[in-house]
Amino acid sequence: MQFMLLFSRQGKLRLQKWYVPLSDKEKKKITRELVQTVLARKPKMCSFLEWRDLKIVYKRYASLYFCCAIEDQDNELITLEIIHRYVELLDKYFGSVCELDIIFNFEKAYFILDEFLLGGEVQETSKKNVLKAIEQADLLQEAEHNWSVLNLE
Amino acid sequence: MALKMVKGSIDRMFDKNLQDLVRGIRNHKEDEAKYISQCIDEIKQELKQDNIAVKANAVCKLTYLQMLGYDISWAAFNIIEVMSASKFTFKRIGYLAASQCFHEGTDVIMLTTNQIRKDLSSPSQYDTGVALTGLSCFVTPDLARDLANDIMTLMSHTKPYIRKKAVLIMYKVFLKYPESLRPAFPRLKEKLEDPDPGVQSAAVNVICELARRNPKNYLSLAPLFFKLMTSSTNNWVLIKIIKLFGALTPLEPRLGKKLIEPLTNLIHSHLGSLGARMRLVLPAPRSSGSGCRPGLALCVQAPKPVRALKYLGLLAMSKILRTHPKSVQAHKDLVLQCLDDKDESIRLRALDLLYGMVSKKNLVEIVKKLMSHVDKAEGTTYRDELLTKIIDICSQCNYQHITNFQWYISVLVELTRLEGTRHGHLIAAQMLDVAIRVKAIRKFAVSQMSALLDSAHLVASSTQRNGICEVLYAAAWICGEFSEHLQEPHQTLEAMLRPKVTTLPGHIQAVYVQNVVKLYASILQQKEQAAEPEAAQDVTQLMVDRLPQFVQSADLEVQERASCILQLVKHIQKLQAKDVPVAEEVSALFAGELNPVAPKAQKKVPVPEGLDLDAWINEPPSDSESEDEKPKAIFHEEEPRPAKPRQPEADEEELARRREARKQEQANNPFYIKSSPSPQKRYQDMPGVEHIPVVQIDLSVPLKVPGKYLLEKDRKKKKKKDKEKKGKPRRHSSLHTESDEDIAPAQQVDIVTEEMPENALPSDEDDKDPNDPYRALDIDLDKPLADSEKLPVQKHRNTDTSKSPEKEDVPIVEKKVKKPKKKEKKHREKEREKREKGKEQKEVRPRLFPATWGLPLRLPCHVCSSAWLTGPASQATCLLSRPSLCHSLQGTTGRKSLTVNPDLVGLFQKSSKHRKKKHKKEKEERSKDKKKSKKKKPPSDEAAEPVENGALDEDPLPVRGTSLASHGPETYDIQGSLQKDSQVTVSVVLENQSSSFLKSMELNVLDSLNTKLARPEGSSVHDGVPVPFQLPPGISNEAQFVFTIQSIVMAQKLKGTLSFIAKNDEGSTHEKLDFKLHFSCTSYLVTTPCYSDAFAKLLESGDLSMSSIKVDGISMSFQNLLAKICFHHHFSGKRWGVALNACAVGEKSVSVDGKCSDSTLLSNVLEEMRATLAKC
Repeated sequence: MQFMLLFSRQGKLRLQKWYVPLSDKEKKKITRELVQTVLARKPKMCSFLEWRDLKIVYKRYASLYFCCAIEDQDNELITLEIIHRYVELLDKYFGSVCELDIIFNFEKAYFILDEFLLGGEVQETSKKNVLKAIEQADLLQEAEHNWSVLNLE
Repeated sequence: MALKMVKGSIDRMFDKNLQDLVRGIRNHKEDEAKYISQCIDEIKQELKQDNIAVKANAVCKLTYLQMLGYDISWAAFNIIEVMSASKFTFKRIGYLAASQCFHEGTDVIMLTTNQIRKDLSSPSQYDTGVALTGLSCFVTPDLARDLANDIMTLMSHTKPYIRKKAVLIMYKVFLKYPESLRPAFPRLKEKLEDPDPGVQSAAVNVICELARRNPKNYLSLAPLFFKLMTSSTNNWVLIKIIKLFGALTPLEPRLGKKLIEPLTNLIHSHLGSLGARMRLVLPAPRSSGSGCRPGLALCVQAPKPVRALKYLGLLAMSKILRTHPKSVQAHKDLVLQCLDDKDESIRLRALDLLYGMVSKKNLVEIVKKLMSHVDKAEGTTYRDELLTKIIDICSQCNYQHITNFQWYISVLVELTRLEGTRHGHLIAAQMLDVAIRVKAIRKFAVSQMSALLDSAHLVASSTQRNGICEVLYAAAWICGEFSEHLQEPHQTLEAMLRPKVTTLPGHIQAVYVQNVVKLYASILQQKEQAAEPEAAQDVTQLMVDRLPQFVQSADLEVQERASCILQLVKHIQKLQAKDVPVAEEVSALFAGELNPVAPKAQKKVPVPEGLDLDAWINEPPSDSESEDEKPKAIFHEEEPRPAKPRQPEADEEELARRREARKQEQANNPFYIKSSPSPQKRYQDMPGVEHIPVVQIDLSVPLKVPGKYLLEKDRKKKKKKDKEKKGKPRRHSSLHTESDEDIAPAQQVDIVTEEMPENALPSDEDDKDPNDPYRALDIDLDKPLADSEKLPVQKHRNTDTSKSPEKEDVPIVEKKVKKPKKKEKKHREKEREKREKGKEQKEVRPRLFPATWGLPLRLPCHVCSSAWLTGPASQATCLLSRPSLCHSLQGTTGRKSLTVNPDLVGLFQKSSKHRKKKHKKEKEERSKDKKKSKKKKPPSDEAAEPVENGALDEDPLPVRGTSLASHGPETYDIQGSLQKDSQVTVSVVLENQSSSFLKSMELNVLDSLNTKLARPEGSSVHDGVPVPFQLPPGISNEAQFVFTIQSIVMAQKLKGTLSFIAKNDEGSTHEKLDFKLHFSCTSYLVTTPCYSDAFAKLLESGDLSMSSIKVDGISMSFQNLLAKICFHHHFSGKRWGVALNACAVGEKSVSVDGKCSDSTLLSNVLEEMRATLAKC
């Protein structure tokens, strides 16, 4: 996978993850172009589109579009599955996730994505393991916080 | 202190956190930009504070703003600060920000290397994890090289969490640093059988991705994967494995047969959901038989509402098409139906399929259908796609399916009515190609083209005249070239001379002008034959009247041609006035037939025997001369063509003279081989190849291709290329259906095959795309791993366990692992350069033009290769500096530095109470001359090598750890880094290789007069410096110690001890470890920029004392030697103060001359060099 974008129906970017190093300018250009193309598509159309030499796999969940760019040889359906799994993970973590959760806790959304995918490849196929890793990292963070509060007093 | 912290946290309360920012942005919908710029100012303030929590918060907000499209690259350094926070909370944010905004161009990225390394070896798995995740997004070739070994170590980490991340990130590392693939592969293979399923699937993922490139490397893993496939229940893994098999089966046909059964099982077990089933079938290897296929057509038909499946069905069909064309051809109607689909993705897929489905029988029908779609289509991209598809379909396999070329020409003409297409040149190319190669069609083509020229205003008047007016180029050329077929040449001539023409793009006008003359010539001939001198003179008058409009053209080419032709015509006019018949002579200008030349013909011209492209043509100018001329260019490192531009351009005259002389010589030389394959062609001379438009046509078909399905297999890949550059079709037979033969061609078609030079070398290696990012992974993994390929390792060196103490007094030269590596690299680089050079020269040589560019064929073609290469410098100069000198000089850079370097090795043994433990102390400091070392670029590549190598010494110098003793050795690494004036930092990487927990470590050194360990204030000389961390087993960490140096003219050795408490199950013991630090003289040296003239002055000044050494019995090549010297003593490029001049004296001896303001330093440096040389 080359990159993943999350954007709202209004075309506002909510999350972006790039697995290929590109300059900001290129990223912006690609994002703008893709958001436009995807939003222009009708709901009944299929979730795949060919764009430049990449394939774009996207899916809409409520008001959010999840959009992945994969290479020619990659499997589209598994990419759809990845998107779905990510949504499931977000849902589990936030408890019936909504767009606002992702906006306000965007770093958490990134952390979850990072536990699930690494360098554009699926890292952990087990939902349980991903959530466990995130929870433990959160615990660690909390412990650090508590510790610093204690130290303060 | 406490107060400060309280204050800090109160401050923080007033800061905005991320939520506030988001809320704020949402509340300021109207003046968002203003609000955000306000926020950015606040963030800038926050970043200035010391409190890391505030900084982290600021960076977190920045990351959010980055997503909104704001530039945050200015905060890159702050991000690194946050990354290096000790707390996970902040580190996490830092790495997130880095992964979001760093890219290869980020310059601070190189500062992160050590931080990442530290995090990778952190005891907390989450620290490591977060570092790995971050790294995966911004890994650069440098990072990959420096960290490859660390990551490889992590692949066998105790925690599966880390292992799987490490395995996955290795793929990114391979891409960036392909050299690491071979050494890392065995471990990767092990991970396939890792007990943890996550790690296993990660390994499958990585190998599957790797197998894209060079599947045959992974063939040996097939049994393992087979086992995995039959045993695994994880769908994600299964899909990857099947994909991998898809890459492997073409190499091993037996595999396909074996796979049928498990695959069918898998498919049946997933029958429940069609989706899952499709998912499996899709990547399935094609040779696995058609057994599992029949259901596919169903997918396209049945679940119409599910568009995803429709799309995938079409995709799958295009895959089957390659192997089972007939079974797919049956569904032609279905596919044509899909063309009507609303969804562009589906339409494109269907188009793709059509390409493979055409036959002689249905071509006309399909194209008709497509044409109707072209008319209906909205959106230029889709229309353009249709257009290219039509042309692709028609021209495929050398027009194999076209029986009626008149029809095809009409189709092409029809297509010109398309508005706003970008593919005018494609249509033009087809027109030219067909007209040139199908002789029978010329008459018809010419009539169509003249009609097109006549209605040129229609074509050119459309607002987007950029694209389609290209066809006028073809039309003009065809009408001119085959003017004998024209019905009404006069009318066409008029059409071509209309004032409107001057609004066309320059290159088209140029063709117009040229072809007007051809047309004119043929009219003249006609008129003279018909004995109508008046008519002939009228035509001439017309020319004289109309040509001036081109003479005024802004386009140089048009202007030049027009003014030349105008004079010619005026001359003809004079002759005509005297009633001299001129037609013969005028037509002689364009005599001769044009032959289509294969696009690759140029490349295939074999190099004549005895022609050495690398040999000097002229004596290379002496380097001192060019050095004086352009001191700057000389040191420019990344100059791709070092030799050519060096030739002084000022010497234009000289060049012209030589060119002239050469031409003369060639003209007089009867043995000079004219480069054209068809010598009957006439060439005019023209001074340079630059003027000849060269089309690069990339053809992915191998040259000798009577093969069956070759083309089809490559089709997908080719398709893309074809979009950009239309490949020339080739006679080729594939996909015949018997019924095809029944259709008789509508006319006698004589398709001329393209010319190739005699004894062309058959090859298809140039088919590879040099820009393919995965190309580097095309590595043979079966070759045994050579020493030189070991990954660069941080730990520097080991010595034998049995080293005697006396021996340790001599600086021990480590086994140079790096060296052969460098050599190899160098070698590779050289080869590459050679190749490039070869290429370059080839381009200078005459080039044949692909047939599509018929016109330029007449242009002059032979220009002799004249590569100006300068000779290799026979000696290279290294300059060294003394720090004292360099300080004064480097005032501008503001950095003072001293470097301590290499060579300090000690190895000690010690027995403990419980068992014998062997300790190894391994030390190495290296300079990190981050100085802008001005690298000298000697005039030739060869000579450049050593210097470059010298400059490379920022690379980690890898040392192979000679496997030390049996149990639990502890390795210590030392690296030096820069510090301020007369101080040296020695960083020690301590790695606990025992199973005990090490704590209370303390390092102490017996100071000498010259070199002293900087101790904390208030401690005595005998106190050690505590190491600020503890080491659990298997963990390494880096500690830094500062030394004060009085004088640098002498080498120094310091003895020291490291004491620590080792704790294990059986209790704890206090242990000590002795080591020696060796500070060599040369290691203090620092690279300093210096211009050659300043340097020459210094050398002349006589302030410097001189000394020299001579070493005999050296078997190495001089270059290697120089590289070696540079490597050992950190000479890079030029250095100031000490000038060393090494020259090769005779075959086997080397003498090194040095100049320096301090003779002691000089003699010590030379002594060290002698020691190095003696070992060569």
